[in-house]
Amino acid sequence: MNSADNTPLLELQHVSRHYGKEHHRFTAVQDVNLQILPGEFVCLLGPSGCGKSTLLRMIAGLAPTSEGQILYRGELLTGVNPHTTIVFQTFALYPWLTVLENVEVPLKAQGMPLDQRRRMALTQIDRVGLDGFESAYPRELSGGMRQKCGFARAMVVQPELLCLDEPFSALDVLSAESLRGELMELWLSKAIPTKAVLMVTHNIEEAVLMADRIVVMDKEPGRIVGEVVVTLRHPRRRKDTTFQAIVDRVYALAIGKTELTADALGTAPGSPGRTIGLPNVPIGQMTGLLEKVSEEGVRHDLYRLTEELTLELDDILPAVEAAEILSFALVEQGDIVLTPLGQTFVEASILTRKEIMAGRALRLPMIRWIYETLQQDDDHRAAEEFFLDRLRADFGDYAEQQFDTAIDWGRYAELFAFDDDTDELYLEPN
Amino acid sequence: MTFSFYQTLTTIPRELHEATRVFQLNRWLSLKTMELPFATLPLVWNSMMSWAGGWFFLMAAETFTVGERDFRLPGLGSYLQTAANDGDVRAIFMGLGTLIVVIVLMDRFVWRPMLVWANKFKVESTESDDPPESGFYNVLSRSWLLEQFGRHIWSPISERIDLTMGRIFGGASAKRGQTEGRSPLSIVLLGIGGLALAIFLAYNLQGVVRMLVALPVSDWGRIGLGTLATLARVVLSLLIALVWTLPVGVAIGSNPRLAAPLSPVVQIVAAIPATALFPIALLVLLRLPAGLNIAAVLLMLMGTQWYLLFNIIAGVSAIPQDLIYMSKLLQLRKWDRWRTLYLPALFPYLVTGLITAGGGAWNASIVAEHTHFGGRTFSTTGVGALISEATARGDYALLLGATLTMILTVVGINRLFWRRLYRLAEEKYRVE
Repeated sequence: MNSADNTPLLELQHVSRHYGKEHHRFTAVQDVNLQILPGEFVCLLGPSGCGKSTLLRMIAGLAPTSEGQILYRGELLTGVNPHTTIVFQTFALYPWLTVLENVEVPLKAQGMPLDQRRRMALTQIDRVGLDGFESAYPRELSGGMRQKCGFARAMVVQPELLCLDEPFSALDVLSAESLRGELMELWLSKAIPTKAVLMVTHNIEEAVLMADRIVVMDKEPGRIVGEVVVTLRHPRRRKDTTFQAIVDRVYALAIGKTELTADALGTAPGSPGRTIGLPNVPIGQMTGLLEKVSEEGVRHDLYRLTEELTLELDDILPAVEAAEILSFALVEQGDIVLTPLGQTFVEASILTRKEIMAGRALRLPMIRWIYETLQQDDDHRAAEEFFLDRLRADFGDYAEQQFDTAIDWGRYAELFAFDDDTDELYLEPN
Repeated sequence: MTFSFYQTLTTIPRELHEATRVFQLNRWLSLKTMELPFATLPLVWNSMMSWAGGWFFLMAAETFTVGERDFRLPGLGSYLQTAANDGDVRAIFMGLGTLIVVIVLMDRFVWRPMLVWANKFKVESTESDDPPESGFYNVLSRSWLLEQFGRHIWSPISERIDLTMGRIFGGASAKRGQTEGRSPLSIVLLGIGGLALAIFLAYNLQGVVRMLVALPVSDWGRIGLGTLATLARVVLSLLIALVWTLPVGVAIGSNPRLAAPLSPVVQIVAAIPATALFPIALLVLLRLPAGLNIAAVLLMLMGTQWYLLFNIIAGVSAIPQDLIYMSKLLQLRKWDRWRTLYLPALFPYLVTGLITAGGGAWNASIVAEHTHFGGRTFSTTGVGALISEATARGDYALLLGATLTMILTVVGINRLFWRRLYRLAEEKYRVE
């Protein structure tokens, strides 16, 4: 596992990345401090939007930092990092080049002559198990084989740090499993001269299966919330109790704890203070989640819940957040707990549910802001653009998504609705 | 073609871009491995269309008078124009026949093979069911001579070029990663270039303004009237085109058995420049009252209805199968089916087709409204006629005024009318 060499290969010091200017700033990553030592397999784990891919790109030198610095072997990183390569989620192979030509590309870029490149590329292709397919084009290959080509290409220049950006997400379950095994074999048998691996993923099990150290991140703003060291011996088995225990721990860290403070809800767009976005989930999914939980009683382990529903962290997180901010449930120690209000909600009829929802939703600054704006208008109508403008200031490109979510919640609660023909919001008469 | 290249550059998938940077491809390799291949297929299509468009002005481009000077370039266009001038019908037919043969040969031996080759660069995850085919391409791809050429001459040369380029550009891209702004040198160069352009424009602008001011009011009146007349013709030709292309397009598009034999025929007919057929049409129509007007509308029609037809066929084939089944199951009557399914689903394609066809019609007005035939000159009220007349007479002020007015009118219509319809099409009528 860890080698005796303790000087970090990669070091991030107070790294942040934002977009936009002073008051309309979107922070993708905030104050990240990270080290990667030689011999480590590190995973960056978190829900979508937590900035893990942004971090990867900064480490590869594809994006600059807004604050802080990145050191590679003690030297400041400026420009593309020549010691790392990336395996991409969507493979990113050149469709008009054969497998062999694709794998040769990085060597060609280094100015290596034809014969030498060919030999090195063929060795790499053999190593990943694609021999026989050298003259095939990517469109003739299955997803798993395309990613193998991606691996071969990334490894052909023998990078010190191999970066993987959700490499198995676009593959079917079986191909992913097979590829994971092959990658681990290459890594553990030290068949490749790579000194460290950094993998970005949102799949907790995958991370526990492969990594020596899991760095857990959260979003809004993107930041590191903790680390879990995994000392299990390889080969690791999913069904082992020790494995499950670690998965639970990571889960708890990733999902966090419900914040009950008053300012946890934030303020309305346009008002001073932090505006917190609505979780991107339709109410229907949240009610589904609550109903599922209530089947067990009041409390349910979140990890088990995702297994039963064959969901992933990303799928369930927004629904959990929605339940939290509407006070229908709490999260503690990796469990979701229905509040008395949540229980009432689940047992109520559709109409009663809508009333409860209306009451709770109006406590959210964004919904209340929309409602009050409509109330103040003579016709109780207002144009979509008006709201989008204010939302753009706080959410940038996510403004439309926030708006759509607010409309969905508002419609369910029968507070307000959207007229698609005139692009206006209007108050529901009651 | 430029626009197409620009467009494709902006649609390169992000991760492909990132891969090119991560693996440190220099400017030349990046162009050769990523940007050019990506742009090739649309570039070939657009070249084919530009080529076809070039034929349109064949006659006007090879024989024209500007003021005192009379230009006659040797070529098929001049031949046809002279034949038309002399009223020599046999010569016209011979010239036309040659034109058709040339177009068919080009199609078979140049464009189709290029299209097949360019399909290699399509960014698709699976093999297309219906890839284009070309007999000539198959011959070429099996040619021993070409293979030897490729292996022993082309490959080494290509390697050499890459190596040399690597030395010139090498290492440059590694530094490009961090700099989000431009280098100071390029800023200075851009600044100088911009300034030079501004001075050039300002100098010419005052010349332009002087000419426009000198134009008498009566001429402006003619321009105004002419623009309205041409506008009426454009609208009329678009409406006529719509009336026949809609049913035919839907018929072809929904019936793949019809499409297969008809499509190459349609493509070749569409490629024949309407301007070559024009003299024959005139022969017949000039005997009728308002003959030239009808002929002008006809010419606009001939040149532009194909855009509309192709767009409609594409639109029909994009309608999801479920919607078509649904309308069959409900046993909707013909009119209802059109109202609830075809017209809304085709709306975006209609808008695109009409915009392109409209542009082509305005283009055609220049040759359609003012023409020479059998030794005589025929002209009708219209801004296209004014442009042709002014060119022939060397009246540059009138030419400038008329051209500017046409440009402003077309751009104005685009912004006020077509843009709105386009947005409506995107928001309401997109099938997702």
